[in-house]
Amino acid sequence: MDDALVRAGRALRLALLIVLAVVFLIPFYLLVRNGLSSEQDITSPQWTFFPKELEWGNVRELFDDPSVPFARSLLNSALIAVATTLGTLVLASLAGYGLARIPYRHANKVFYGILGTLLVPAAVTFVPSFVLVSSLGWISTLRGLIVPTLFSAFACFVFRQYFLGFPRELEDAAQVDGLGYWRTYWLVVVPGARPVFAAVGTIVFLGAWNSFLWPLVIGQDQSAWTVQVALSSFTTSQVVRLHELFVAAVVSVLPLLLVFLLFQRWIVAGVERSGID
Amino acid sequence: MRRRRALWFWVFVGPFAAGLALFTYVPLLWSVGLSFFDAQNTVTPTHFVGLDNYTAMLEDDAFVDSLRTFLVFTAFIVPVTYLVSLALALMVNRVRRARAFFRSVFFLPAACSYVVAALVWKMSIFNGVRFGLANTVLGWSGGDPVAWLAGTRPPWYWLVIVTVRLWLQAGFYMILFLAGLQRIDPVLYEAAAVDGARPGWTVLRHITLPQLRATSVAVLLLLVINAFQAFDEFYNLLSDARGYPPYARPPLVYLYYTALGQGQNLGLGSAGAVILALIIAVVTLGQARWLRLGRTDADG
Repeated sequence: MDDALVRAGRALRLALLIVLAVVFLIPFYLLVRNGLSSEQDITSPQWTFFPKELEWGNVRELFDDPSVPFARSLLNSALIAVATTLGTLVLASLAGYGLARIPYRHANKVFYGILGTLLVPAAVTFVPSFVLVSSLGWISTLRGLIVPTLFSAFACFVFRQYFLGFPRELEDAAQVDGLGYWRTYWLVVVPGARPVFAAVGTIVFLGAWNSFLWPLVIGQDQSAWTVQVALSSFTTSQVVRLHELFVAAVVSVLPLLLVFLLFQRWIVAGVERSGID
Repeated sequence: MRRRRALWFWVFVGPFAAGLALFTYVPLLWSVGLSFFDAQNTVTPTHFVGLDNYTAMLEDDAFVDSLRTFLVFTAFIVPVTYLVSLALALMVNRVRRARAFFRSVFFLPAACSYVVAALVWKMSIFNGVRFGLANTVLGWSGGDPVAWLAGTRPPWYWLVIVTVRLWLQAGFYMILFLAGLQRIDPVLYEAAAVDGARPGWTVLRHITLPQLRATSVAVLLLLVINAFQAFDEFYNLLSDARGYPPYARPPLVYLYYTALGQGQNLGLGSAGAVILALIIAVVTLGQARWLRLGRTDADG
């Protein structure tokens, strides 16, 4: 009796999970379905599960459309995401290491000064940040889009927590061998901390690729649009070419899904390690 | 020796700290400064107006409405996301087969941006005309098509906005809960079984949930902070070529239009940002206190 109940409960749970999984996947399906459909198929009142024909030509049409600089936006997003990721990793890991391992009287004060910025929601400072960036003359430049986002207190915090738990023996051996902090860091610490670099790197990359408000505010000229801003300009413009819009969205998600599937293990580890719990 | 260490400390921490100061602390102070000036179209204002910007913002119905919008939004999204992500984590954690598969499927939307998700929601699922998925499904059961995003009464757009965020974020918080569940000592469950507790509600209430306390606190804090900063989905779902509708404007959207829109009123925008920052700080700290953040399990 009990066994049967337990088994029924298990089957019910599995069934519920399968239904939920399907629901979670539907938006992805719609994205691809519409991206490869003709305009008529998307707007047909007779909704069909499969499009009548797969329109691979949509991809070519998207890149040939002169009214939206989509290829340029992709390039901008790629440059921004890569630069932000590398810059954040270098700056935040150095700071995290210094905070965790170099004895200094005021280290804690500096740390709380950094941590305090987490309490200041980044989105609330966008007005003054915009003012600052515009007074530097960085509006609509890659510099303006990248540099202000390089100083992630979150990344610094994760690195510090990680280095606090890093085995000291390796560094001690390096110090005995006469390596200073600098070389110990690059030759011993970084190679030993690859998982946390991968985890933080993927999280930062996803965030940079998907961010919207900052690129919207700073990237005013079309030449400085990111993929997200270009997509948004599609949805809010007068003439909507739905098939182009959807295929653009698919193209914008693909690199991320690739990163996501390749590095999922690291992302999960990074989120778990983020020290927020 | 000590001075050499201090030097090395600043070699490592200095560049990061200087950048953070320049791009977080300076804008913050600048914002506070601007909020006391009449700063329309200028970042170097000369006309000091005291608290006028603040009183103007607080007497501005549109701004106060935007705060109300946020409160309703938060009241919806925080408990719903909390419960859904917790339920997902509990189910995925106990499933025997294909655990990694389910975890991936629920986490996968985190790779999508709000812009992309808003596109699917606005143009494919909740389209106001017949060809949207939701209206097609409604049609099968004989219902009339609903103008999901255009109507304010009943406010169907809430359903659209809440489900976007839920889809994008539930998987992320599920991962946090899964991490919390992994850390629960199995001995506790064994002891409960010996004491005759049947798996189910009793164990959930007396062991699992108390053990997840720290994770729960973190998740709730993150949910509230993120809800306060809602911008992307509101902007992309509701604005079109004609502009942004006056209903359903959360504070950030309102500030965006005040400070960077037509008027470029940076003084007013800054005052609004300071008010919003103060509210967020008070709510966050109050919430942390109320949830007794930092209390460790050892304190009981």
